[in-house]
Formats: sequence, structure tokens, C-alpha cells
Amino acid sequence: MNWWVVRMIKTLKRSFAVAKKDMLIFYLKGPVIIMGLVFPFFLFLAFLIGRHLSGEQLFVGLTAMTAFFTSTAVGPTIIPWECRGRTFERLVASPVSLTAILLGDLQASFYFGLAITFTIALPSLAYLSIHPSFGIFLLSTLLAVLSFSAMTVLMSSYPPTDIPADVMMLSSLVKFSLLFISGIFVPLRSLPPYGRWISLLSPLTYYVDALRHALGGGYLPLPIDFIMLAFFGLAFFFVGSTIHGRVLERRFT
Amino acid sequence: MKTIEASGLTKYYGSLLAVDNVSFSVKRGEVFGFLGPNGAGKTTTVRMLTGILRPSRGEVRVLGYDMLDEHEKILAREMMGIVPEMANPYVDLTAMGNLRLMGELYGMGKREIEKRALDLLKLFGLYERRKSKVRAFSKGMRQRLILAMALIGDPEVLFLDEPTSGLDVISARMIRDIIRDEHRKGRTIFLTTHNMAEANELCQRVAIIRRGKLVAIDTPEKLKTLGKGLSVEVSFEPMVFEGSAIDSALRVEHRGDKIRIYTDDPDATIRELVRYAEEKGLRIVSLKTLSPSLEDIFVELVGGKDD
Repeated sequence: MNWWVVRMIKTLKRSFAVAKKDMLIFYLKGPVIIMGLVFPFFLFLAFLIGRHLSGEQLFVGLTAMTAFFTSTAVGPTIIPWECRGRTFERLVASPVSLTAILLGDLQASFYFGLAITFTIALPSLAYLSIHPSFGIFLLSTLLAVLSFSAMTVLMSSYPPTDIPADVMMLSSLVKFSLLFISGIFVPLRSLPPYGRWISLLSPLTYYVDALRHALGGGYLPLPIDFIMLAFFGLAFFFVGSTIHGRVLERRFT
Repeated sequence: MKTIEASGLTKYYGSLLAVDNVSFSVKRGEVFGFLGPNGAGKTTTVRMLTGILRPSRGEVRVLGYDMLDEHEKILAREMMGIVPEMANPYVDLTAMGNLRLMGELYGMGKREIEKRALDLLKLFGLYERRKSKVRAFSKGMRQRLILAMALIGDPEVLFLDEPTSGLDVISARMIRDIIRDEHRKGRTIFLTTHNMAEANELCQRVAIIRRGKLVAIDTPEKLKTLGKGLSVEVSFEPMVFEGSAIDSALRVEHRGDKIRIYTDDPDATIRELVRYAEEKGLRIVSLKTLSPSLEDIFVELVGGKDD
């Protein structure tokens, strides 16, 4: 077998070991439960109450918020927690590359985001009696959760702190800014032109739009939604990994 | 064959020079001690040797692999066991869970991990607690587990940064015994320690670093010959002693129920001590001449202060 393939398989196996560790340790941490489950629930209630929304609008809002908040709940704080618990140096000193460690952290966010999103979205479909294009829903959700999970690699990269609350604060700031410009509360076609331009900077915009396509609506061309979600995912991971590599030594000094 | 080769290792943190042009090599199967006061650059050096930090200048090879090359570094680490300073196991995992994780990171198969983990848990006296979360472990148990995690991959070379620091006597002794056993099995061990007795007891060669520079590197016994003068240690009953009573004394130190007298002429000092005991009606409980200890040499070389 080609040495490069062997190396990739080795990296993926070891990154999965990192992901398993993250799942066992970090899924049940208080801030993850609060930011990943409790908070989006109350945000959804705020979105719902007092508004006359159709089943389709409810489904899009609920699914997009769940995917976004759950898949960004675990990732940003893993490395600060590891540094605080003095486990990170042990991990970095093991025979895994930093990329494999980050890939493991990304997977932990991805599995959490995916599991919770489907757990919420699938019963909602039945309850609201709506029938989206399942292929579009599935593909867009996979790409979106992957992209949001990759965003956490970037969020945890700077500042190189060992205080999880610092990272939580910064990541919450970014997440809320993106939430309000992504067409969940106000659809893209109803936004003013400058608002539409700004919304293009958010990966969440493309997921919300793809979900609307799944229900027969949508504003941007569907292939653009998929391409942009994949692009954001790759860009977040690449930039995040690069910054992590540059600041790694500062975590030990 | 050289297992570890450091050549011209230099590390700057901003404008601060932490390690200055350090070069040495460690032979296969050797226990090599790395000593120095706090802040001297020991941990920075270990981190460069293990590829955690990148040197500002210089080269490191471990088992022939270039530790500055990302791919070669991973290959080298598959044959290395590392205990970083102040490292913790995962407290939310069980002892077995921590070992399983390390085994998977070392690319071992499931059965191999289970067998090796159980053997190590027995060796380190943790078998009965294998299913307990590490949160409930004492510091000594955690440190034993950290060492077990370093050994999971059956490494050829071990890097131990202060492995017995702050431990109770039993855990420290157990770790020292295991280091000796691992040496007998032919492993190369790079040991950073503050404990001079430990270095003297375990290491075949030691290097002493001060303010980022190597100031000495040799076997403990040869290093001891660098010391100035001998000393005589005496204990009287009752313990009454006036320092000025011994003319041949260069320096006098009170050590518990004993007196240590540094001298250039032990024969004259012993005669004076015997005379002093007779004059004062004291019983000599013990009397011995001492050559300089590794600690004496260390204090002489580093000036008795932290960097």
C-alpha cells in the first residue's frame, strides 16, 4: 500500500482515539450541556413565542439553531481544559501529530452535533408533518455540522489560554453575531441588500438556505450552499490548525 | 550506538536565552541524569529533545530520527515513552481508560493494549483500582499511572522529567525500582531530577545545566572528584560542640544530631575531635570521613542558588 495511504489511515485511527477520549470526558461538562442543549432550547422558545410561524419556518429555525449550537459547544474549550488539567503536554508528546489531535477534537464536535441535530430534527419532522427532500436535508446537515465543528478548531486556536471561560466568551460573541445575520430570524430575501452581503460571511447562512431548499424554498443556488459549507469547513480547519501550530509553544511557556 | 544526540541546542523565548548551545549524546542502554537548579533550562531541553518545543538553533536526533522533521518525530515517538513534568492523567477516565487511550495513540491493537495495560497495572500496584476514575487517586498513584502510560508502547527510550518530585517515599521508591528494572531490560533513560541521591543512585552519567549552559557532564564518581576537600561527620552524646574548637576546620555545618566539618586534613581533624571529646567528657556516637557528594558538587557548580 502506498506509504501516504498508510500514514493517512494511521492518522485517522489515532485521531479517532482522541475523539473517543473527548466524548468520554467533555460531553458531560456543564458548559457543554448549557451551551449545546439548554441554551438553544430557550433561544428556540424566544424565536417561537408570539410569532405565527409555519411548520417549515419552525423546522428550519429549530434545526439550524440546534446544529449550530450543539456542534460548536464542545470544541472550543477542549484544549483550554486540557491545558488547565495538565493533560495537553502528555497528549502532544504522544505519537500523534497536532493535526491528528485537532482532527480528533473536530470529530468529537461533529458526532455530538450530528447526534443531537438528528435527535431533534427527525421527531420534529413527524410532529410538524412536513416532508423535506431527505437527500438535501441529509447532505446539507452533514456538511454544515462538519463546517461548524471545524469552526471550533479556529475558535480554540487563539488566544492560547488555559481558561475555558475566556474561549467560551469569545466563541459566544462570534456565534451570536453569526446567528443574527444568517437568515434564521429574517429570511435572506427580506434582508436589505447590505444585510444580504453581510450574511454571505456566515456559514450558517448557507445551511439555513439549504434547509429551505429541502422544503422547496431557498434564495441562493443550492450547489453554492453546498460548496460554501465545504469551503468554510476546509478554511476553518486549515486556518485553525495553522494558528494552533504557531501558538503551540506558548501553551507550555 | 547513540540513542539521543543533541547538537548546539539553543532556545530563545523572545529575547530570553533559555538554553544556550547545549550538546551531548546518550548511549544506548544508558541512564543519563540531567540536573540543574530551577529555571536552569532542564524542562526546555527535555521538551526540545522530545519534539514538543522547536529549538531556535541546533539539532536533535532520537534513535536516529530527526526530531525537527514532523514525520520522523512521530516515528521516533512510537519508540519513546515520555513523562512530562507536572503531567496528569485524565482524571475523568479510569486507570484502564487512560492506558487504553495511550495504547491507541501508540497504534497498538486492542488485545495487545489489554494485555500490556493489565501487566503494567499489576507492576505499578494499581490493578485493584483499574476501574476507578483517576480523580480519586493520590498524587503517588497518578504519577505511577503516568509512568505506566509512558511504558504502554514498550518504548526503547524513556524521557522522565522529575518523575519522583513531590511523591511519598513508597511511590518514589517504587518508581526508582521500576527505572532500575527498565534499565536492566536495556532501555535508555533520560532522567531529569532535583534529587541528587536519586541521580547518584540511578545514573551512569549526569549532566549539570546552569543558566541554560552545560557546566559539567560525566559519571557521578568522576564528578565527585571535582569537589574541593573532604569532610568529617561526627555525633557526640550529649551533642555539645563549639565550632572554633577545631583548628583544621574550613567550614562547620550542623546537620540534625551531627556536625559536618569540611577540612583539607581529615587526619588532623579526627585527632582534634577525639581530643575535644575527651576534654569535654563526651561520648563519640559516630565518626566518619566523607568524600564530596554529588550534591556538594552540584552546589559548587551552580552556586547554591536557583537560576
